[in-house]
Order: sequence, then structure tokens, then C-alpha cells
Amino acid sequence: MRIAGKGLMQGAKPVTFSFNGRHMMGLEGDTLASALLANGVHLVGRSFKYHRPRGILTAGSEEPNALVTIGSGAQQDPNIRATQQEIFEGLEARSQNCWPSVDYDVQAVNDLAAPFFGAGFYYKTFMWPSAFWEKLYEPIIRKAAGLGALSRQADPDACEKAYAFCDLLVIGAGPAGLMAALVAGRAGADVILAEEDAHMGGRLLSEVEEVDGKPAADWIAQMLEELDNMDNVRLMTRTAVTGAYDQGTYGALERVGHHHSRRAGLPRECFWRIVAKRAVLAAGAIERPVAFANNDRPGIMTAGAVRSYLNRWGVAPGQNVTVFANNDQAHRTARDLVDAGVHVAMVIDSRHDAPDSNLYPVMKGAQVCSSSGRKRVESITVRSVAGEEKIQTDCLAMSGGWNPSLHLTCHLNGRPQWNRDIAGFVPAPGTVPGLTCAGACNGEFSTAGALREGAAAAVEALVELEIKQSEVTLPQAENDLYRVTALWAVPGKGRAWLDFQNDVTVKDVKQAATENFRSVEHMKRYTTQGMATDQGKNSNVAALAVLADATGRGIPETGTTTFRPPFAPVSIAAMGAGAAGQGCKPQRFLTSHRASREMRAEQIEVGLWYRASYFPKTGENTWRQSCDREIGLVRNHVGVCDVSTLGKIDIQGPDAAKLLDFVYTNTFSTLKQGKVCYGLMLREDGFVMDDGTTARLGENHYVMTTTTAAAGQVMAHLEFVRQALRPEWDVQITSVTEQWAQFAVAGPNSRDLLNGLLKEQIDDTSWPFMACGEVEVLGVQGRLFRISFSGELAYEIAIPARYGDALFRALIEQAKALGGGAYGMEALNVLRIEKGFLTHAELNGTVTAFDLGMQGMMSKKKDFIGKAMSTRPGLMDDGREQLVGLKPVGPVKQMTAGAHLFNPDDPVERIYDQGYVTSAGFSPTLGHSVALAFLKNGPDRIGDEVRLVDHMRGIDALCEVVDPVFFDPDGGRSRG
Amino acid sequence: MRFSGWRVLKEGLTGNKGWTPHWRDPEPQPEYDVVIIGGGGHGLATGYYLAKEHGFTNIAVLEKGYLGGGNVGRNTTIVRANYYLPGNSEFYSHSLKQWEGLEEELNYNVMMSQRGQIMVYHNDGQRDAMVRRGNSIINQGDDAELLSRDALREMVPILNYDNARFPILGGLLQRRAGTARHDAVAWGFARGADQRGVDLIQNCEVTGIDIENGKVKGVQTSRGVIRAKKVALAAAGRSGQAAAMAGMRLPIESHVLQAFVSEGIKPVLDHVVSFAEGHLYVSQSDKGGLVFGSYLDFYSSYAARGNLPMVEHTMETMQAMIPALGKAKLLRSWGGIMDMTPDGSPIIDHSGIEGLYLNCGWCYGGFKAIPGSGNAYAHLIATDRPHGAATKFRLDRFRDGHGLMDEEATGAQHNLH
Amino acid sequence: MRITCPNCGERDRREFYVKGAALARPDVGAGLDEWHDHLHLRDNPASETKELWYHEMGCGAWIEVCRNTVSHEVVSTRLASGAELGGKR
Repeated sequence: MRIAGKGLMQGAKPVTFSFNGRHMMGLEGDTLASALLANGVHLVGRSFKYHRPRGILTAGSEEPNALVTIGSGAQQDPNIRATQQEIFEGLEARSQNCWPSVDYDVQAVNDLAAPFFGAGFYYKTFMWPSAFWEKLYEPIIRKAAGLGALSRQADPDACEKAYAFCDLLVIGAGPAGLMAALVAGRAGADVILAEEDAHMGGRLLSEVEEVDGKPAADWIAQMLEELDNMDNVRLMTRTAVTGAYDQGTYGALERVGHHHSRRAGLPRECFWRIVAKRAVLAAGAIERPVAFANNDRPGIMTAGAVRSYLNRWGVAPGQNVTVFANNDQAHRTARDLVDAGVHVAMVIDSRHDAPDSNLYPVMKGAQVCSSSGRKRVESITVRSVAGEEKIQTDCLAMSGGWNPSLHLTCHLNGRPQWNRDIAGFVPAPGTVPGLTCAGACNGEFSTAGALREGAAAAVEALVELEIKQSEVTLPQAENDLYRVTALWAVPGKGRAWLDFQNDVTVKDVKQAATENFRSVEHMKRYTTQGMATDQGKNSNVAALAVLADATGRGIPETGTTTFRPPFAPVSIAAMGAGAAGQGCKPQRFLTSHRASREMRAEQIEVGLWYRASYFPKTGENTWRQSCDREIGLVRNHVGVCDVSTLGKIDIQGPDAAKLLDFVYTNTFSTLKQGKVCYGLMLREDGFVMDDGTTARLGENHYVMTTTTAAAGQVMAHLEFVRQALRPEWDVQITSVTEQWAQFAVAGPNSRDLLNGLLKEQIDDTSWPFMACGEVEVLGVQGRLFRISFSGELAYEIAIPARYGDALFRALIEQAKALGGGAYGMEALNVLRIEKGFLTHAELNGTVTAFDLGMQGMMSKKKDFIGKAMSTRPGLMDDGREQLVGLKPVGPVKQMTAGAHLFNPDDPVERIYDQGYVTSAGFSPTLGHSVALAFLKNGPDRIGDEVRLVDHMRGIDALCEVVDPVFFDPDGGRSRG
Repeated sequence: MRFSGWRVLKEGLTGNKGWTPHWRDPEPQPEYDVVIIGGGGHGLATGYYLAKEHGFTNIAVLEKGYLGGGNVGRNTTIVRANYYLPGNSEFYSHSLKQWEGLEEELNYNVMMSQRGQIMVYHNDGQRDAMVRRGNSIINQGDDAELLSRDALREMVPILNYDNARFPILGGLLQRRAGTARHDAVAWGFARGADQRGVDLIQNCEVTGIDIENGKVKGVQTSRGVIRAKKVALAAAGRSGQAAAMAGMRLPIESHVLQAFVSEGIKPVLDHVVSFAEGHLYVSQSDKGGLVFGSYLDFYSSYAARGNLPMVEHTMETMQAMIPALGKAKLLRSWGGIMDMTPDGSPIIDHSGIEGLYLNCGWCYGGFKAIPGSGNAYAHLIATDRPHGAATKFRLDRFRDGHGLMDEEATGAQHNLH
Repeated sequence: MRITCPNCGERDRREFYVKGAALARPDVGAGLDEWHDHLHLRDNPASETKELWYHEMGCGAWIEVCRNTVSHEVVSTRLASGAELGGKR
């Protein structure tokens, strides 16, 4: 019920929203929870296990009960806290985890079976018969899983991520946080003040008190005005700092677009990575409920939440309110209600020395031991020395004291310390380097104390930052002593709730202790206490107090479970912002990309690159038709292929040759200028890292090529060798992969093609096999390499990337004139298999030079990376799987990569495994399939038959072991 | 006490007053035949099988914290047998078979759920690698199926089939793979071991290993000296620290692997799905939480917590692959400490010191190994011969290069496996 | 996590690649045991340790980072070129 003239929203505009299909009115500035309470709605949801009716417990992000689903269709957003969701015109909210409705929920039948659903019951049953788990038991359990539902459609809402940097991050904008920000801001520090709520002020927004001689709200406004006018202070509302990480990094979630209908261009959420030299945690405290029988009914709320709804939103959650407390602060709830004209039936205080009041009746030394009412509390039963007494009430405001919100101080494994005076845990100092706690989160609950600690924390930070502080006087404020006497659970027979969402009761914790789940972690895991969406913010301390009691230990000896990030749940979309669709990794396009798209080439992803897979001609219906044709172009005429994705590394300096000799197994210092050589590169563990060709362009100038897949790895490796292992060498290396476009021109007509474009004509004498050098093409200085990955007479021509498109088009035009054309990755792959050339299908990280038959390339005259370990016995063993070629025996049969090999007479079982196929394709040149494989003792088995089995594709074929070079074994074509 | 539906019913009707401790809290004895260091999944399973299959009656499992508090209590609960290299193939096959009867074996519902695990591939090279793997699995005698894009789409409709930066082309399915309730595995083995007389001693930190003349004599602990004929390490995450007490250096670096769980949502994902791009793996628990993870943080760490870059990488990969999960909310993140070896595969072997045994190096994958590892390790400790399913988990393979099991094929760099 | 690159100053962890323990390459002619020790065996301390990091997304420097594996505190960093990791030749 809204109380006229009460609250901080005077003059706010009315807003229409709907809840479970019912249209209601609220005010701008309402949360869904305050608006529902203003409309007299208490029943909001259902609990997880027993489907008990659930109302609104709190007024903050820690809310365990009032979780709702917002919106519909693809934008449906589950598990939104009604206590945090601000209403706006047209907001649609509905209850979740209930069917058919929150009022009549079929699964509430679980509550009747509660005696059988105690802690850990499922570990003891559902075991017979064993096949029934997947077939029967689990499907039933799974039907009941979860709270809200996702739409199952791709999330259409945009989220963002951002970085921010500051001298001082202040987390929480209550009195401590505001004061810290003011002190640091006035001193000129770069400050970020992050507040989870939509409004700054923290607890002051919910209390009737004065600061600096004026109403708290006026003081907050004055503070915000000053802070807002400082260029060095950034105020961030609706921003929850979610995690503390190393070296002053914090994660924070800003709810940008949850509080209004969708607006184009505005993200729903932004996930911030904030790097702060120092931080002040001023996150306040969370009030804890008291466990007593049936303490979970709608209408039973924390006392502080009742004050929030009353003082901030002008809403009385009941008309006949009772208060149950073990501390003085909760009496303010009664005082404020009476001031607002709401009837307070009774304040029940468990302490015999509780304060008296002439505004409302107080029962001292009494406890609420039960409640009744179905979907809302109707009465409570109070036990005192005088016996038990029933009191009619429609709202019980309870307070078991306050727990400091120290969660972030635990994120780097800090353990909080027990403080007997406040009957709560306080942060241990220094658990997050650079972070100081101030105010309620530090166990200081008075406003004056919060202001003092906030200022002191800022001063401490300024000293560390070596920023001179300016004068700040602390304003006058409430300075009451926090008086509390621990009360965790009221003894009694009924079920007393600890974890409201997960339905964990005092009995469950005691049973866990009986069953020897006495460690607090065991208790948590066995009962699921603290594993709900609030992560135990409301219940953990009480639960461990119950456990301590049950095991006869003190609370400090019992210990705590660990709070871990995030402080409040963060959507996957926010932390993964930007990665949906094509956004998850950069896209790298070749200079020929546009031209090949114009030629209707199919594109495939190769690492981050896109390459042309094949170039279909009219009438070609399958990739194989195009591929076979393109192979024919290369073998008979001339083909052009963009090979720019290969890594290109420019190596210069007097010691360039030394570097190459050290990273390759073979020798490059003796390579003549103007020549290219194939090189094999090992990892230090003796296995092959990569291969490629390296050209010597000058005395002290080489250009290395790497495979596409290993380009980054090789670059990092060369830098490692140069910087860490051989820093004394005078050599520089630079990746020039993106600076040069490079095209393979392959086929009998390749020289003719080039001579149509080069300024100076070439012939076999001027450009023999493996020659390289500079050329002028299209009026531009380029480079020409006579190398072949197809086995044909072939060249690779390189040109600065900005001319790549022009050169590619010119090459294609020339090729067409000579009966040739473009070829793609599919054709390239078959061409190289026909020649037994390697890619990372073969250089798969587990092969040795020995496996490849390249042991002869390992120089005995010099040291090189990987030399020592390549001679390990296990790497030279004759029984290793070694490279061979395979061709089918008999009529045409398919061979497939990934198939395993067996001796024809052996069973197809692992222990008889002889090897596997790495690459396979159909050779139109040879008229049969060709494959490369690793086979045990392969080179000794040329001519033998092996059985190729691919269960995955249903292939079982006999093959002949052959030399891996299928075509033109003496290499005459590439040399001629 | 024997657990059953009847027992739950009976106790429910009589006020749940008859439940008894799942295990005792014994005081450490001065001497044991076998002392196992580490009360996690592997240590508890080893104790269980030593008692059950090898007749040992005088065993202690020493745990510095609480039982099951290590990686068994902080993983993504995936069980599978889909390795492709000899050594791993037969071992995980053996382990999966142990899993399949574990509820009956332990009289404890570990909720082994064979919901099927799918490894998604995004290009032809990955497909061929998965075919090789699938064939290895079949040749070992386990199950694998190559799924086309359409078959995968029918089975798991919510993946990003239409707009992915790395297209989803199909997957490799193992139907017998799935998940289990991780804590229950530790507790089930603990209870089973305890019932067979194994002393489970919590809050007992081993501070030294006593060795005389090359032979192990016992351990020093925070609760006094305990003599032992045999000492068996099962302290994954702290293996290097434990071995150092015996003067050994292991081929292990400790690394942090983060894991994540979302708030509970109504089931949308029934299988375990992993992705070749981004290394993401995700399933949805029977409580409704999405349980997922990806890579190590890559720097060595004993902190059991990680940093934002890998958190964000994981969420980004989720967004890319399953955009329908965007509005699920991350509830909790945590870290486990992984023993990373130079080939990504584990070690179950003699230490070289008489009476001292090693079980370590489980890298990302110790959870699914638990029953197989306990079984094989118990066999080694009892008989001094390797179990037939674990003959390749030798310590000397790194030096000699024989029988390396480098499934990731990334070579001798610990953090790359 | 933030790492201080000696060239660029403090940078976010995501700019870096991390290789592992910073150990000097065995001398030329070293035997299998030394190489085994170098490549495989680790002190793996739960305290300060020296690691090799590569400022891949920055200046390209290889850096020796002294870091605490328990607290994640970065104690010091220097260019790997000054760390004498090359071994004797």
C-alpha cells in the first residue's frame, strides 16, 4: 500500500506494467518489488525444491525469492530480481518455476513429501534398477530443474564491453563510498564511484536520519552535485562491481538498458574491466533473516527491507506489522512505520535488555517460533517465558543482525574473520592488494562511522598514490552503537528455513552433521545450502552457526565457505559481448578475396583467414567437378592460386644465417644468394614444428615462409631464439605476411604466363629451379621464387599487398589466355598429395623427422633447436609410424583421412593398429584415389597390402603401400 | 547402513532420526600398511579398491582439508572414454566401464548420467582428426558416431548453425559418455572405503616423507608421525609439492583451470557438448545450471582462482557457439589446480624410491579417470606391477620418448595440453 | 592480471603469451638427462617463480617475469635477453 507523502519519489510519474498478465500501476523510480507491494502483491514466486509460496524478502540484489521472468519471445529474460528491476511503461513480468500459475502450482505437492526429500536423499536412492536412472529418474528430476526459462532463440539484445582506468575505484555509494569519493575527488585523483543501485546514497536512502544537519536525501544530493561537477570523478550507477582480480583489475556489470523499453543503439548491459591503482570497498551490509518454523511465508521480510519500502518508495508492506529482532536497529522499522501511520502490532526482541518504546509494544526475551497463512503470513506464534501466544499480522519484519558485504575481499582467496561484537564476519585487511574496506562492509554500522572510515580509506589511498589531500571535515551524523545478540535459529519442531530458494532448513543442516558432513564445505555441498542464486548472501552465516552448534564447535573453528566471483550474476551475453555471430574472432581476407568472390569461389576458413576452396564453372554441380578441372589446369596448362596466407618472415642482419642454421635442422649459411631451400624446423623436444622454404635475397637478408597454421607460432619461436637464447647475435626479424601478396603460378605454361607480365623475360637459365630474386611486374618491384608445391614447373610471385588485387586479376587473365585459370585449396591439396608434399595434416605435432624419412636433413655438423632430444630412443624407433603413400587395390575405392590401418589378416582392434591415414583425395591425373598415411615400419612395407578401416564413414578397403610420391617421382616436371 | 529407496521412505516416515555417519573420523594409528596422501577422488578410490580387491585392511587416506575438497569437488563433471592414443584409449575405456556400475558398486547414487558427449568440429581438418579419434574409440571397443550437421542439429538444436564465425559442420558423439555428480563420487568412495576399514583422516597435512636407504618408512603429518610400509601420492594439484618431500622433481607444472556455473534455468541442453574452436565444453546439470569451462589460464598457479581474460574467452565462445544461452547468468566461477605434464597424459608408476608410488599428472581430465585410476593404482601398490589398463602411464616416457601420449600434439610445454 | 613489460610498461595479461618456467638451455653437448631435466622436470614452487612471457600483442619482447604462484604478485620483470638463458656453446 502506498502511503501519501511518504518516500523519496514525490511527484513521480505513474507507470503501467504487468505482472502475470495483470496490469498494474506504479511510479517511476519503483522497483518491480516496491510496485508489487504497493499493489498489495506479496506472492511472487515459488521455491526451487518444495515449490513453497515465495514473496519478497529483501530490497536488493541479494533477493533469493522474488525472481521473475521479464519480457517474452526471444528477449525473454529469466531470473531477474524483482527487487532490482526498475519498472517502466509496458514492462512485462511473470512468475517462474510454477505451473499452471504462481497461485496454484501443481508441484507444490513436493512439499507434502518433504520428509522423504531431506538433505542428500537422492544420493541414497534411484539406484535400482541401474538402467532407470537415464530412462526414468533423471528425466523426472530434470523436468523440475531450473528456475526461469530461456527462449531457446538466439539472444537478440546487444551487450558491450569496455575498459576503464582510475586512481581510485570506490565500490558502493553509501555514506562511506560518497565520502571516500569526495575526499579523493577533491584531491584531484581520478575516481570511479560505482553503485549497484539506480541511485546513490546506499542505506541512507532507506533511513530516516539527518546528515550534516539536513535530511539525508538532501545531503546525498549535495554530495552528488559536487562530485558530478568534478571532471576527475566518474559516477556509475546501476553498476555492480562483480569481481576482484589480480593487480587491481575489477570486473563490473552496468545495467544500461534494463530500466526502460529497448532503444536502438543502446546495449542492455555493459561489462567493464576497471583497472584501479587503489580501491575502497564500501559495499554496505546485508541483513540476515532468523530461522524459525515457517519463516519463509510471503509477507515475512527483512526489517531493513521494510524500512526501504517505506522510507524510499513510500510503500507499507503490511497494515498490521510485527517486528522480530535481536538488535536495536530493527526497532527503527517499528518507529518509522508508526510515524507513517502504520499499525505495529508488536516488536518481539530476543534480548532481555531490548530498548523500550512508547510508540509500539515490545516483548523482550521472546522469539517468534512459527507462522501461519498460506500464500501470505496471517499470524505468528511468539514464545516467551509467559508461554506461546498467537499474534495476527500481515507482515513480519525480521532481523537477525547484519552481515558485512565483504564478498569481494574473498575473491583472491582471502578468508574473513569472526567478530564477536557484531556477531558477524568482517574482512581481513589486505586480502585484496590495494583495496581498503570502509563502513558497514567493514563492520562499522553507524553513519558517522561510515563517513569517518570512508574518508580515512580515501586518505590512505591518496598517500599511496602520492596525491596531496585537501581539507575535508566530517559531517555530523547518526552515531548509534550497534547492539546485537546472536540469534540464528529458534528452537522448535517445524521446518525453519535457512536457504529460502533452495529449501534448506535447519533440520537439513543438522542431518548433514549427523551424517558426518561436518566440514562447512561438506554441509554446503550435501544440503545445497548457499548454492542458490544468492550464493548464500542471506543464509550462509546462519547455516554455519547452526552447523557449529550441531557439531559442538565455535563459529570461527567451523570456518566459512568461499565467496567467489561474480558478486552478482552476470549474463553470458555481457561477458561474451561482441562474440556472437562473426564477432568471436577477427576475419582475415586475402587481397584476391574480392576477385575470387566475383569468380563465385567458395570460401573456407583457414585459421583466421578465408581462402578460395574452388572456383565453380557454369555446369559444375559438385566441388569434385571443379577440383578435378582445376587440377587438370595445373597439370596441363597453368593455374594461379593465392598463397599469401603462408607466414612470411623477413630476416636481416649479419647473423641472419646463424639464426637460420640454429632454427632449421639443415644448413642455410651455405645457401647461395638468389637461391631458395626447403627447411625443416623442430621443437626443442625433437618433434617437427614446421617446414617451409627460405630464400636468400642478399648476403644478410633472408625471407622465410612458414605454413599458414604455424605462422604465429614460428614467429614467436624465432623471437624467442633471437631474444632469449642468442641475444648477442645481430639479426632482426619481422613478420611481413600481410605486407606481401604472393601467388603460385603453376603448370607447364607458367613461364609463358609470367613472361607476359614481367618487365624482363625469364628462362630456365636465368631462373633455374629454386632460384629467387627481384623482378618488375606491373611496374612494381616484386619478388619471384621458382618453387613448386604442385610438382609442376611453378613459381611464386610476390608483390606489395596493395597491388595484390591487380596482380591476381592480371595473372588470371593471362592464365585464361593460356588455357589455364584459378585453382583453390581443394585442388592444391590433391596436387600436393600426388607429390607427397606435407601440410599440417602430416606435420601434426607428433611426428619426427625420422617418421617423415627426413632424418638425412638433420645436420650432424652443427647444433640446432631440437637436435638433442630428436635422438631420444623413442623418436628413432623402427616401430614408429612412418610416412607412406597408399593406393587402393582393385577397383576404385575410396580412401579417407582418419581411417586406421591393419594387416589384412588381423582383427580390427586397437592392439593390432598399424597406423592411420592423414590425407586423401582422388587424383584425376592418376585415375585413382591417393592417400598419405603413417604406418608402422612403413618404408619397409612398400608393396605390401594393408586394410584401411574407417568405421565413422563405413569404409573397409584393401590398399597397397607405395612411396609417398605418386606422381613424377624424379621431379623432372618441376625442374624442366 | 545400506541405502535404498525403502530406507529413504522408512526414515522419512520416522522423522529421519536413523541416519548415521557416512564415514568415521578415526584418530591416526601409528602405523599402516599403506598410507595414501590425498583424500580426493583418486586417493579415496585407491583406498577403496585396495581394501576391496586386494584385501588390505590397514590403510589410511590422509587429507589436509576435507574429503573431496580438491579437484573432484571443483570440476565440470564430464565422464568419457574418447581418447585416440594407445595408453589413454585402454585406460579411459576401463575407467568408463567402472563408472557404468558405480552406483551398485558403492551403493551410492553418483548420478552417472550417460547423456552423450559431442565434440563439435568446424572444418575439414578437424573432422578428419575426429574421424581418426572415432576410429580409435571403436577399435578400442567403445562407442563413437560421426554426426553430420543435420544429425547434430536434430540432436542439439540450440547451437549456432546459421551464423557462426567458425561454422558448425558436425560432431563426434559418444553415447556412453556423460556426467556424474562430482561430490557424490568422492563421498561414495569414502563411504565404501570406510566400510571396508580404511581410515579416512581429515585435517591431516603431510609435512614430510621419511625415507631411509632408498626405502620409504612413513610420513610426518600435522597430526604426528605415521609409519607406513608403502606411501602412495594422490595429491593432484600439489603433486610437485608432495614429491619434493621425497626429494623428487616431477615432470609437472601446476596450473589453474577455471570452471563456471550459471544460475539454474529450465533444461535446454541435454548433452555434453564441446567445441574444437575455443576449447569450450558445456553441459547442463540436473539442477538446471550450465556447467562449463575452456582453457587453463596458462600461467602457473596454486591459487585455485583465475583472471578475467580466460573468463571472457569462455563467455565469448559460448556466445559464438550457443547464442541462445546469452541471457543465462554466470553464478559462480572458481579454479582448480591442474598437474600439467609435458604430454598431457598422467602418471601411475613407481617413484623409483622403494615403497613410494606416484599417481599424478591428470591435466584437465582427472575426474573421469577416478574409478579407473583408483583401480589401477591399487593394483600397482598391491602387486608392484602395473594394471593392464595402465601400463603406459610411465614416468620414464618423457626421458626416453617411448610411448608419449600427446593427444593435443603440442609438445613438451606443460601448459599447452 | 597485469604484467609490466620492460619496454611498454604495465599491460593487461591478455596482451601476453606465457611459455612456462624460465630455464637456461642446456650447454651444447649436454646429455639426455640434462635435456630431460630442462624440458620436463620442474621445481614448480608454491612461491616465487621465474617464467617466460611474450608480449605478443605489444612490442614482441620476450620477458622473464618473477611472479608468485600463490598470490599472483608480480615481483619483477626484465627482458629475457638479459637473463642468460642461452647455455654455453
